[in-house]
Amino acid sequence: MLGTSLMLAFREIRRHLMRSFLTTLGIIIGVSAVITMVTLGRGVTADIEEQISSLGSNMFFVFPITGERGQIRPFDERDVDAVREQIAGVKSVAGQIDQSVTAIYNGQDWDTKVEGVSRAFMDARGIEIDQGRLFTDEEESAGANVCIVGPTVVEEMFGAVASPLGERMRLDNVSCQVIGVFASRGNVGGGGDDDNSVFMPLTNVQRRFAGSNNIGYMAVSYDSGYDNTAMIDALVSLLRERRVLLEGQANDFDIVDTAEINETVSSTVGTMTVMVAAIAAISLVVGGVGIMNIMLVSVTERTREIGIRLAIGALAREVRLQFLTEAVVLCCFGGLVGIVLGFVFSVSLSAALGFPFVFDPFINVLSFVISALIGVMFGYFPARRASQLDPIEALRHE
Amino acid sequence: MSEPPIIELRGITKTFGEGAAAFQALKGVDLVVERGDFLAVMGPSGSGKSTTMNILGCLDQPSGGVFKFLGHEVQSLSKDQRSLLRRRYLGFVFQGFNLLARTTAAENVELPLIYRGATRTERRDAALRALDRVGLLPWADHTPAELSGGQQQRVAIARALVTDPEVLLADEPTGNLDSERSVEIMKFMAELNDQGITVLMVTHEPEMADYAKTVVHFKDGLVERSEQSERLALKQGAQG
Repeated sequence: MLGTSLMLAFREIRRHLMRSFLTTLGIIIGVSAVITMVTLGRGVTADIEEQISSLGSNMFFVFPITGERGQIRPFDERDVDAVREQIAGVKSVAGQIDQSVTAIYNGQDWDTKVEGVSRAFMDARGIEIDQGRLFTDEEESAGANVCIVGPTVVEEMFGAVASPLGERMRLDNVSCQVIGVFASRGNVGGGGDDDNSVFMPLTNVQRRFAGSNNIGYMAVSYDSGYDNTAMIDALVSLLRERRVLLEGQANDFDIVDTAEINETVSSTVGTMTVMVAAIAAISLVVGGVGIMNIMLVSVTERTREIGIRLAIGALAREVRLQFLTEAVVLCCFGGLVGIVLGFVFSVSLSAALGFPFVFDPFINVLSFVISALIGVMFGYFPARRASQLDPIEALRHE
Repeated sequence: MSEPPIIELRGITKTFGEGAAAFQALKGVDLVVERGDFLAVMGPSGSGKSTTMNILGCLDQPSGGVFKFLGHEVQSLSKDQRSLLRRRYLGFVFQGFNLLARTTAAENVELPLIYRGATRTERRDAALRALDRVGLLPWADHTPAELSGGQQQRVAIARALVTDPEVLLADEPTGNLDSERSVEIMKFMAELNDQGITVLMVTHEPEMADYAKTVVHFKDGLVERSEQSERLALKQGAQG
């Protein structure tokens, strides 16, 4: 019986190709919109997650902020040591300080920044060496004039030479030798190019560029087994004590947890994806109403046909199934076309907007199932109406 | 005991509407149709002939009386059972042909078989056989728009025949045709009757009724008289 209904449905759809296509247009648009939105949402999430993971995972960033007296009190190396020694679960702590400089090489200059770092810092942030080597212990403790340059600096300044390794460049008034190139770490966002940077040993930058022992921020990496909220509490009380903050005084430093950023951003993007997809889903419902309209028109238009079918012995439920099948087949067809279109849209939009394309099988299957359900829901009423026609009346219908 | 008549109506009444607006279309129709008969039902508009045909076709239920089909009471059957009865025993030919547009002659003829669960090839073969019987085999793949009125009615007859029905019900089968085509169709119906199919036909043209064996006249919701047709009388007279 179902096979017969399918056959009749396909026959009817083939006979009215244009009308069938227009009928399903709403479903096609709805399904492709939902799929495109969700897929783009996944792409954006993946993109942001990748950027955040370039910060390093299981990390806190601790930096000074304006305190109650309106000034910023920077950290120094003793704070770094205190965190390393007194907080349980800390894997490594590294300070960083940076400053804008003009790099000069071979008569050309380039605006970049110098970052005072250590191997521990690079380790914590997950920055890898692409060519050359890391700083040695001696270089770090002595504050040697050696540097590790970023890919953008290589591209802008050392484009003419085969390898920047061993070359000498000047950063403002300080001369240094290039010993390595770090691998691209991607952009954390906010507009700056994190690959446009030159690393020098922290003590060197403090002495020669900053003229103090201050550090800009601390990167604290911790073992994933530890509870990060407990660690944050411990960090806060340690730093309050060291900075002699009285009870009631606000913190003049801030702690950012990468895990937390990740979670916040993902859930924000997730919420927005759901919202946009829900808006797109409205068009699916509108599409369903379109199907119902056309099916109702079709029932009226085919009243005589229904009368003939009933007269020659079709059961009411067979007529109902025929019209219901027709609606469901139309919707499924619309769903399939919508999936294909959604795929095309999401691939091309992802490419155009620079997001990774993340295929989501769940939303594809879900959209298809929902379009079939819409067929059942909105096809039932017209189908029931068809099956309840009186054959005598229907045959008389002009 | 002999075989029961194929159709037996006893005191059939039919009332449309209720209360003051009620209209009694049939006021107690008695009619017996034996197997192999060719019955022409005649009468003026509103005499109840179409209502009777609808009841005989199991499309409508009588308000009172007894309707037996092959000895079984039809009133007690459900709507679905009546559908199955139509599917199994009855073939319909309508005044307006009632073919599906944009559908080939063969597909139109196949229609009743779809509900019998026949396979695609079975359907096609049976449809072609039925079209061959009405002389339209070469037109099997033409749509109604490409056929003349007479040809369309023959396709409709083929559709009625494809299930090998016991009874062929024809409601003014020649009503939309010119006299030449009408004669052609009537001759063909008479042939079918000779092959053993019981034919019930509504008509208001006496020339068409002449092709039947029995002519039943309706008036005011009652059978006025039932008589042998001239053709049968002549035929029997010639034999005797």
